[in-house]
Amino acid sequence: MRYIRPLSIEDAVGQLAGSAGTAAILAGGSDLLVRMKGGFAEPELIVDIKAIDGLSEIRETAEGFSIGAAVPCAVLGENTALRKAWPGVVEAAKLIGSKQVQGRCTIVGNLCNASPAADSVPALVAAGAKAVVVGPAGRRTIPVQSVPTAPGKTSLAKGEIIEAILLDSQAPRSGDAYLRFIPRTEMDIAVVSAGVNLTLDEHGVVKSARVALGAVAATVLLVEEAAEVLIGSKLDEATLERLAKVCAGACRPIDDKRGTIEFRRKVAGVLAKRAATTAYARAGGK
Amino acid sequence: MNFDPRYSARNFASVGTRPIRPDGVDKVTGRARYGADFNMAGQLVGRVLRSPHAHARIAKIDISKAEKLAGVKAVITAADLPDLTDGDAAMYDVLDNCMARTKALYDGHAVAAVAAIDARTARQALKLIEIEYELLPHVTDVDEAAKHTAPLINDAIFTEGLEEKPVKPSNVTKRSQFGHGDVHQGFGHADFIVERSFKTEQTHQGYIEPHACVANFSSDGTADLWVCTQGHFVYRQHCAQLLGMEASKLRVTSSEIGGGFGGKTHVWAEPVALALSRKAGRPVKLVMTRDEVFRASGPTSATSIDVKIGARKDGTITAAEATLRYSCGPYAGSWAEIGAMTAFACYKLDNVKTVGYEVLVNRPKTAAYRAPSAPMAAFAVESAVDELAKKIGMDPVDFRIKNAAQEGTRSSYGPVYGPIGIGPTLEAVKSHPHMKAPLGPNQGRGMACGFWFNFGGQTCTDLNIGMDGSVSLAVGTVDVGGSRASLSLVAAEELGIDYSQVKAIVADTSSLGYNDMTDGSRGTFSSSMATISAARNAIKILRERAAQMWDIAVDDVVWEKGHAIAKGEKHGNLGKLSLKEIAVESGKTGGPIAGHSELVADGAGVSFATHICDIEVDPDTGAARVIRYTVVQDAGKAVHPTYVEGQYQGGAAQGIGWALNEEYIYGKDGRLQNAGFLDYRIPVCSDLPMIDTQILEIPNPNHPYGVRGVGETSIVPPLAAIANAVSNAAGVRMTHIPMSPPRILAAIEAARA
Amino acid sequence: MAGVAVSTTINGDAVEYLCQPDETLLDVLRDRLGLTGAKEGCGTGDCGACSIILDDRLVCSCLVLGAEAEGRRVETIEGMAHGDTLHPLQQKFLEHAALQCGICTPGFLIAAKDLLAKNPDPTEEEIRFGLAGNLCRCTGYDKIVRAVQDAAIVMKGA
Repeated sequence: MRYIRPLSIEDAVGQLAGSAGTAAILAGGSDLLVRMKGGFAEPELIVDIKAIDGLSEIRETAEGFSIGAAVPCAVLGENTALRKAWPGVVEAAKLIGSKQVQGRCTIVGNLCNASPAADSVPALVAAGAKAVVVGPAGRRTIPVQSVPTAPGKTSLAKGEIIEAILLDSQAPRSGDAYLRFIPRTEMDIAVVSAGVNLTLDEHGVVKSARVALGAVAATVLLVEEAAEVLIGSKLDEATLERLAKVCAGACRPIDDKRGTIEFRRKVAGVLAKRAATTAYARAGGK
Repeated sequence: MNFDPRYSARNFASVGTRPIRPDGVDKVTGRARYGADFNMAGQLVGRVLRSPHAHARIAKIDISKAEKLAGVKAVITAADLPDLTDGDAAMYDVLDNCMARTKALYDGHAVAAVAAIDARTARQALKLIEIEYELLPHVTDVDEAAKHTAPLINDAIFTEGLEEKPVKPSNVTKRSQFGHGDVHQGFGHADFIVERSFKTEQTHQGYIEPHACVANFSSDGTADLWVCTQGHFVYRQHCAQLLGMEASKLRVTSSEIGGGFGGKTHVWAEPVALALSRKAGRPVKLVMTRDEVFRASGPTSATSIDVKIGARKDGTITAAEATLRYSCGPYAGSWAEIGAMTAFACYKLDNVKTVGYEVLVNRPKTAAYRAPSAPMAAFAVESAVDELAKKIGMDPVDFRIKNAAQEGTRSSYGPVYGPIGIGPTLEAVKSHPHMKAPLGPNQGRGMACGFWFNFGGQTCTDLNIGMDGSVSLAVGTVDVGGSRASLSLVAAEELGIDYSQVKAIVADTSSLGYNDMTDGSRGTFSSSMATISAARNAIKILRERAAQMWDIAVDDVVWEKGHAIAKGEKHGNLGKLSLKEIAVESGKTGGPIAGHSELVADGAGVSFATHICDIEVDPDTGAARVIRYTVVQDAGKAVHPTYVEGQYQGGAAQGIGWALNEEYIYGKDGRLQNAGFLDYRIPVCSDLPMIDTQILEIPNPNHPYGVRGVGETSIVPPLAAIANAVSNAAGVRMTHIPMSPPRILAAIEAARA
Repeated sequence: MAGVAVSTTINGDAVEYLCQPDETLLDVLRDRLGLTGAKEGCGTGDCGACSIILDDRLVCSCLVLGAEAEGRRVETIEGMAHGDTLHPLQQKFLEHAALQCGICTPGFLIAAKDLLAKNPDPTEEEIRFGLAGNLCRCTGYDKIVRAVQDAAIVMKGA
């Protein structure tokens, strides 16, 4: 086993691509070290990416925000501009683990761990976030939802690293929100979750919408039918009821130690309603 | 000198105050040494290989490859722990649980162990041990296991306690029965009857410190064991017996203990560590992982309980009956028996009958968990009591007051009560402001009562007075939560000196006589009794020395407020001698001054509590949140009230976790699915409100200061109190613990449908 | 497996050690440096008993590799008191009996210190959520929360 701390993304990519055995990327380590502790991961190479220039920064760009792969979630919460533009994304990122874990974990790690229950992913998907992937073949930008392909699996090829997550500037009269259900008040994995991002017209009518559900299928679900329910509405009671029904119907959940199929279906609808209501208020809707 | 343990009223100087604990600074600076904080030169790392199967015959174990790995110093299997239990069935079970002999009986059952130069090598060695398992059908559910058709866990077990001796083996190891009167007749006089079945899932004590020990077996046949335990003397006996040693050859030192709650009353890895050290010829440190703690140590029983209670229109209970099935893990136990004893202990009943069934399942060996077996029985009974009160149209507190046991009541499990606290706790609850506080939407209030026996038992202390007049107190009951402070207060009280002059320690097994474990809420009760006795013995010597110094008769010397005083007119010129003045001269007056005590502390007064709880339920998600909680409990006499409050709060918090979220979840494959703190959800800080406490003091007649144990009773009422509150908040009666959000939501949906 | 040479600062002192690439900082602190104040309750970041402060961030040392401490500042419970003088949080934990068994106490103290550094005047709710990454099984948290509240008052006055 080797531990390296490359200073450039190219070096990191080269090391990962050239490694003979299993290699792991270390940013916050809050998933990797747990897997190593349990004997589920025994990488021959650990590539610590925190020393790579720029990876620990949140940059405001002309288009919006670029969040480096090594930025701990706690830092997202401390960034006023990001919090103002994308409160739902920041709330989602700040729900991962404890304060202790917050000081380490990253949204890229959360995405690449490819858990269906990852907290930040539904919020990122609802926000239309993109991932900048760097690999031996160069750089490409892909939608966040195309990264996880199944529990624990991603679409990334050997040697590829997600360098940053891109979020557009939030359009006027827009708002996002993320809610999850956990049995305790902290320290749990989402049993079911919902992220909603809305943009309103001048009259407070929903112009565009994205609704994503977590922990109800093998990967996060972007529920386009739910968005269609919201578009053209002012989130009246009937719309919200239809939203809940559509979301419950879109779920393909399983029974497991964290919840039942019935529970996940029902609560997915409840959370979608509540998240949509918050997003609507944040967008300035009344 | 005969020790008189009877209570006599007095004005306390030290007892009842709230000083800082003597072990406190070490604990806030990180210097206190717990099980895993001790190291020895040349120590090896021990690791245990565990069965991934719920039930399997061990056909073959090949350790040869592991033994050949560089850095491996010993590999052991059951063959290295031969059966020396000599027909002692309970000890044989302990041995088999430490290291499976012919069958693996649960997911996590130890099957082999290694000692190696470091953790990495030990882990690699475990992978090189080859085991051939023949899988057997398994059963993990208590009701399934009790059926005739269930896979048999031990075909040598035939149900005990049946009228007719069974001809077929069974997973039900024992039937026990308690009660008096005629319940059939009693139900005939009832105007209202409530009859319901309840279920509780298995929970773990959840101590934050995993089991840890360092074993050092010497070539001369003696050994040292450093270990986190609730009872080092018991660990010594068990380990010595299992390893074929004389007890005196094994010195056990109890480290600071990071929580036990009953789970550190049983040996698990300690005999294994000693066997590894014996084979390797080097010290071995063995620390369980959290995964191992959940899979292989200590959970309480899962239960299934049927309750039937009948009452007249005026609120008098005419009959009460319960059938209780408790899981024991794969070894015989007496858990249902205890549940059957405690179930109706709060009430004065003419006709009562409880029957307990002990049930084997392919889960870890059940261990004690804070008032073991009582919370589940109380959940079932107190839920039914609440429902019955509603049916009659009576206030649930008034209904309980009307039927509460009192001094002279014959308890449901046999003995006649002395002065007890159930009535006073109920009266205190009735007049508590919490009961009158307004409730918001989706909120409900519940209350429930709880009982625990409390134990006493064998106890030994040494009290040594230094030449400078300071006092060392050596006790043999492990301090799990501040008892060194309480016992120092008691020593100071009895000697009439300041608390700061007393330093209490927990002595090792070679330095003090035998002590029972810190369990059964006995730590402060029994060791304070022994401390009082030791102090009185020391005072006798102090008086003799003073008499010698004054050259007067010892009968003319009394001990008051830390001083020897010569009484009588003829000694009017003698003034008084402080403890320190006598101690300074001790070398010239006969040598060191000490008081010792060896006793069996009898008469631990029974304990009662009543809890009040407010819950808010989210009707759309089934989430339940505790918004207010109050504990009222009888302490007899609170020696250190802050730590008494701490026991009340801690027990309530554990009960809240049990009631709402904690449970062992097994897959169809018989494997535990949530062996970690992430998915075994103990309450976190943001889950709980402040937990208010009210200490009642109804003196225990069998203790000089009136002390009763306080540690356990507080976990008994919460399950029922919360179930009653949820029922009032959501309008549905919850009969399955934990009341997790999916269960509450399903119940709400079912009620709506 | 090649060891990793690390130079770091622990409680203000320069420290050098050699560790394995997969060895956690918690194991380094406890097994190599004799700093056993941080405890391993779970090894998976779920209990907070191993809490330390790494470059002003509260982290679980079980979720940090020893190799990652290179060039960084580590604060542990052993560095919380100034000589004989306890930190106000330590003093208030003692006065309020905010510990029973004490195994979680070092982690709580470090987490509470970090909390008050970032929020000197927290509400009860902020304290409860701020300390939610630290499990205590003995106290029901009541006395811990009160001790932190009391310490906050003392520290504001200082």
